[in-house]
Amino acid sequence: MIETQGLRKAFGKQVVLDGLDLTVAEGMIFALLGPNGAGKTTTVQILSTLIRADGGTARVAGYDVARQPDAVRKVIGVTGQFSAVDNMLTGEENLLLMADLHHLSRREGRKLAADLLDRFELTDAAKKTPVQYSGGMRRRLDLAMTLVGNPRLIFLDEPTTGLDPRSRQTMWQIIRDLVARGVTIFLTTQYLDEADQLAHRIAVLDQGKLVAEGTPDDLKRRIPGGHVRLQFADERSLGLAASTLGVGAGTGARDDEALTLRVPTDGSVQSVKAILDRLDYGASADTAVEDAGVTVHIPDLDDVFFALTGHINMQNDTQNGSQPAKQKGAVR
Amino acid sequence: MSTLALTFRDSLTMLRRDTKHSLRNLMMTVSGILTPTILLVLFNYVFGGAIGAGLGGGIHGSYINYVAPAILIMAVGSGCATTAINLVMDLNEGVINRFRTMAIARSSVLNGQVIGSVIRTLASVVLVLGAALLMGFRPTADLLAWIEAFGLIALFSFAITWMGVVFGLIGKTPAGANSLSLIFQILLPFTSSAFVSPDSMAGWIRWFAQNQPFTAVIDTLRGLLLGTPIGNSAVFAIAWSVGIALVGFILARTIYNRAPAK
Ligand SMILES: Nc1ncnc2c1ncn2[C@@H]1O[C@H](COP(=O)(O)OP(=O)(O)OP(=O)(O)O)[C@@H](O)[C@H]1O
Ligand SMILES: [Mg+2]
Repeated sequence: MIETQGLRKAFGKQVVLDGLDLTVAEGMIFALLGPNGAGKTTTVQILSTLIRADGGTARVAGYDVARQPDAVRKVIGVTGQFSAVDNMLTGEENLLLMADLHHLSRREGRKLAADLLDRFELTDAAKKTPVQYSGGMRRRLDLAMTLVGNPRLIFLDEPTTGLDPRSRQTMWQIIRDLVARGVTIFLTTQYLDEADQLAHRIAVLDQGKLVAEGTPDDLKRRIPGGHVRLQFADERSLGLAASTLGVGAGTGARDDEALTLRVPTDGSVQSVKAILDRLDYGASADTAVEDAGVTVHIPDLDDVFFALTGHINMQNDTQNGSQPAKQKGAVR
Repeated sequence: MSTLALTFRDSLTMLRRDTKHSLRNLMMTVSGILTPTILLVLFNYVFGGAIGAGLGGGIHGSYINYVAPAILIMAVGSGCATTAINLVMDLNEGVINRFRTMAIARSSVLNGQVIGSVIRTLASVVLVLGAALLMGFRPTADLLAWIEAFGLIALFSFAITWMGVVFGLIGKTPAGANSLSLIFQILLPFTSSAFVSPDSMAGWIRWFAQNQPFTAVIDTLRGLLLGTPIGNSAVFAIAWSVGIALVGFILARTIYNRAPAK
């Protein structure tokens, strides 16, 4: 469905995509995972004919995005990172506008709009403008508008950023339903658990390059094991423990701001106990490490990201599966 | 569907969208349409006495007969500014990026705005005319001349509106778009034969006033409505209008198609 080769894009001197090769088969959910500024939106914009690449080729549904943009546009639907609804029209009018632009008859348009409003739980808000919507409602309207054209391939650029856990679940369910109907989904996300939950295949993008590609299980298998995360009360304890355990500074395994250390482990009682014993061992007299909080992580995509890129995935180094409260860009 | 039919249909859809926008923005729309009429009232009752006396009865003696066509042309000029501002605001809407990823006629977004703008400008022209008639404007035109006059205003307004789109595209902010529009809103009307005869102007300004588009259009309008001599003004008026429309149209499309996604 999508095939890119050596896709390159720079804004001025800043190289954003540096030779991107992607293959997305029909009917799957493909997740492009990466931190802020990795080039996710740029990739989506190139594939959805919004901007042109500087080099390389990209084919969508067999059409070249640069040379046959209109053929590509007939196949795709795009829900970008930033809200693409008309704020002066009501929810219903937004959908009817899409129906008109897809050349549906008035009757078909009305029926489709009513169906979509119902399916996305927006019927009560149909006569209101998106300005009066919550972030989640606006996101749903955005996606509903994308669906009017009945696209075979849908781009979703960070569909759940800024949504609360419940709205996220709703969005995930909508995405799964779409795939069940045979739609191909190209999704970007910076949430590792989201890619893990939804995607058939995941590509990890970092600084314009793919650092890994595979099924969620493939990726998880690529790292040795889990880790123990130690939380300290102050810098002194952190420093002591780091030297006792032999964790170098600036490796990413040591986070001076959060006062945490990650120490590899296979997750067994023995190995965890060994780590704690070593801390205890160093704790003679005034070198005691007090108040260390311990969390045991089984391998997750955070670890994959860390193993692949050598740096910790953005701000998200908190509890496994927790959701960073990030509101960026869901609403403009 | 052929490309032309497609463009027509999509442009009509965008015109409906534009109309809804102007209804939602009722205050701005109404004040935009009313401003030229207010201007007419001001000119007639505030300056009319003084300037009218100095005019020495060139056209049937009365000032309203002189100033009404001028305000008609100013209505067209101020349409440029509202178009430019509307366009900037619209292009900042995220939905424009959605349009760019859809298989619709690219130009339809701009076409819809231009047609909507021309309709609003013509509405303000009709209001000015009505008010002028109430204030004693007495055209001598027959039906054909009326139709020609109206046709010319529509054509000129179409041209100026496309330039408004260009100003909106390169102005980037409402303030920027508005400043650029001053060319058609203030600069050209006041350096034309709209309010004073170019013969009374000094040196190079006179040359400019005699040869710029607004003078050609307004002289033609006066001729059609009041029976003053037209000479070759009509040819120039039409040539200027078509030329400006073409340049505006091509520039606007090029800039819009090239503009990167926001
Ligand atoms: N129009 C532009 N002009 C200049 N630089 C740009 C432009 N668009 C993107 N960039 C730069 O390109 C880089 C990649 O941006 P992009 O939006 O693709 O990242 P992203 O992965 O989508 O990030 P995020 O998670 O924050 O949305 C960023 O460093 C950004 O500053
Ligand atoms: Mg992005």
